[in-house]
Amino acid sequence: MADHGQHSVPHAPAGEFDDMELVHPKTFLGKYVWSQDAKVIAIQYGVTAIAIGLVALVLSILMRLQLGFPNTFALIDPASYLQYVTMHGMIMVVYLLTALFLGAFGNYLIPLMCGARDMAFPYLNMLSYWFYLAAVLILMASFFVPGGATGAGWTLYPPQAISPGTPGIDGGILLMFASLSVFIAGFTMGGLNYVVTVLQARTRGMTLMRLPLTIWGIFMATVMALLAFPALLVAILMMLCDMLLGTSFFMPEMLNLGEQSGHEGGSPLLYQHLFWFFGHPEVYIVALPAFGIVSDILATHARKNIFGYRMMVWAIIIIGVLSFVVWAHHMFVSGMNPYFGFLFATTTLIIAVPTAIKVYNWVLTLWRGNIRMTVPMLFAIGFIFTFVNGGLSGLFLGNVTVDVPLADTYFVVGHFHMVMAVAPVLVVFGAIYHWYPKITGRMMDDTLGKVHFWVTFLGTYAIFYPMHFMGFAGVPRRYYGYGETAYIPDSIQTLNAFMSVAAIIVALVQLVFFYNLVRSYFHGRQAGPNPWQATTLEWQTEHTPPRHGNFGAELPVVYRWAYDYSVPGAKQDFLPQNMPPEAVEADDAAPRRSP
Amino acid sequence: MSMTVSLVFLAVLMAVFGGWLFSYSFRVRPWEAQAAGSRQVQGLGGGQVPPAATAPRVGLAVFLAVVTSLFALTISAYLMRQEMAHDWHPLAVPGVLWWNTVCLVLGSVALQLAWRAARHEQPTWLLRGLLAGGGLTIAFILGQALAWRQLQAAGHYLAANPANAFFFLLTALHAAHLLGGLFVWSRCLFRLQQGATPGAMRQSVELCALYWHFLLLVWAILFVLLLRT
Repeated sequence: MADHGQHSVPHAPAGEFDDMELVHPKTFLGKYVWSQDAKVIAIQYGVTAIAIGLVALVLSILMRLQLGFPNTFALIDPASYLQYVTMHGMIMVVYLLTALFLGAFGNYLIPLMCGARDMAFPYLNMLSYWFYLAAVLILMASFFVPGGATGAGWTLYPPQAISPGTPGIDGGILLMFASLSVFIAGFTMGGLNYVVTVLQARTRGMTLMRLPLTIWGIFMATVMALLAFPALLVAILMMLCDMLLGTSFFMPEMLNLGEQSGHEGGSPLLYQHLFWFFGHPEVYIVALPAFGIVSDILATHARKNIFGYRMMVWAIIIIGVLSFVVWAHHMFVSGMNPYFGFLFATTTLIIAVPTAIKVYNWVLTLWRGNIRMTVPMLFAIGFIFTFVNGGLSGLFLGNVTVDVPLADTYFVVGHFHMVMAVAPVLVVFGAIYHWYPKITGRMMDDTLGKVHFWVTFLGTYAIFYPMHFMGFAGVPRRYYGYGETAYIPDSIQTLNAFMSVAAIIVALVQLVFFYNLVRSYFHGRQAGPNPWQATTLEWQTEHTPPRHGNFGAELPVVYRWAYDYSVPGAKQDFLPQNMPPEAVEADDAAPRRSP
Repeated sequence: MSMTVSLVFLAVLMAVFGGWLFSYSFRVRPWEAQAAGSRQVQGLGGGQVPPAATAPRVGLAVFLAVVTSLFALTISAYLMRQEMAHDWHPLAVPGVLWWNTVCLVLGSVALQLAWRAARHEQPTWLLRGLLAGGGLTIAFILGQALAWRQLQAAGHYLAANPANAFFFLLTALHAAHLLGGLFVWSRCLFRLQQGATPGAMRQSVELCALYWHFLLLVWAILFVLLLRT
């Protein structure tokens, strides 16, 4: 990837938008700790999220050790196993993926890609990060209180979550509630910023229909998160009342060791409705930014415009809207009117239509493209495979009659890990390899990146693919051990051991990634401003890495969409968004078509 | 199905946003570049937000959407819990709520007058409007606390019945949002004390007034709901 990025694009006259006043602190603390610069906040979000994600990764390895080699590790008892399950799920979904896609990538990319100097409300943005950090610390503290973290499962279903006998009933569950509430408050502050910045702070010429799909994905995911997180907050508040004040929102009449619990008439189903009203959109909150980022990586590294841009935008919007009317497909076995089941199965399967449109468009973008097999591209293509695999098993589970026997088996675990764990994480890696040169000014090592990709990609299949077969065999999920179970054959145990070894290998290869990340920061090849020859605005900044304020004296003016690669009739291989039509050199060799 | 309340809210929200985007997304051709003089490059056409929608106003609107989602979901839960259980004993709403409602309406009016005073550069009226608005709101919250005490005294304890629990939950959520508003209000008052001109205060007072109108609307809906069920 030689340094072709040095084309000179004339900056157009200053925009009519008032330049915002930026806070320029002088001290180290002000610049890097209490920073109001979206890029620094993005790095803070990213580092915190990855750090907490590593904790969740270690928890998953502990679970795999128990499953693969039962009764070998004295450290893991049934209660702590349930705690690992719960914390792994909650951390990965909320504290890693949501925070990483929206907090880290959102903060870094929204102002740069929209051509803004910073977020609309920088102070609120800073506050958002500190709330997030507090939420993470509260969550971590729950490991150290008496009784440890909660073991209620990431769904925190009552009555179990707040009934005696569940691990973490003493303090862990309270800290979980506190942490989630702080997270939601912090996210609301950040989310307001992302939405308002996209709507208000775009530079001249950056119409909505010229936004890179990354921004569309992050924008729609933020809107969904802002509307869905209140459901979780309400549910938490009500459960807190049940637990501390003795109300009966969710808690039914219960006998515990012969004693009345004091609750009566509460409805656990009500909680499930509220939880999944948040929980299902949450899946797409994680997926939509990934969709957007993949679209941009594919177009850039295949040197082709994204196929069906408007369709892609509308697919993102329609997926977002539909994801609010499918929540009850998580409750097919909770007991519901069969007509509701039918309704929710239908809406669930309808989501496959816009999703399939996106997959076709990605593949058609690759079709006859000038594909450069860079590391980000490998991860993006790996995402398409994994997402399709995970999506197809979703069609099984979306049908009530198929879901009933498969519910609570490893089939479900395999499905959602493929579709919303491995697939988005592949995008996270791809995005880090893609934007690292802009963030640090240096390239990450290619060979190490490819080793990282192949082991991660194939390794995750080795872990999660067999889970589908275990699910068909009826192996239940969340169990610490199977004991003397007649219907589970011994071969399942062999398979479990194999999956555990694969999981350990995949976890270890992440060390290669971290080594690459740190080493490249000091010794990586100089990247130049635009190593991938990309069109979007973040690659056209005056400095790399961009300084506070992002652009030079004047904001860029946008003349075209983000996907002018290999434009017929143009001599240049790519036309940056801020390149005026006059600057495009005609390619005399090719017959000129209308631009 | 009680979740309809939340879904209707979402549908309206999405219809507004989707319709706005739809109205122009099919007229434009994203793949075409535009010359420097074109409307798009001048930042005029193509889905730009109207000039009246400033960043703070849009920020407030988005925040209000979040709060609406919170209340819509709580109301959904209220209706659903009512349907699901057989232990629901409707609560006789304390009479003091009517007085509280009057306080909140007047508070909202006072803040509207303060906004008007800020527009017309009238510092005295601005201060009076702000003080009256905040004072009446504090009276409202104290009145709500009184209603709670009356219910307790009459034996309608929080944990005794889901209707009571929901009454406390809904009023507490609403009061918490008013307290958040009062925090911003006190900052406005502080800035005015520090000698800020009405012109400089205009935006903050405007956002306060809009937020109060919104919370008045929420209260009206909650009050009707509590009266009818």
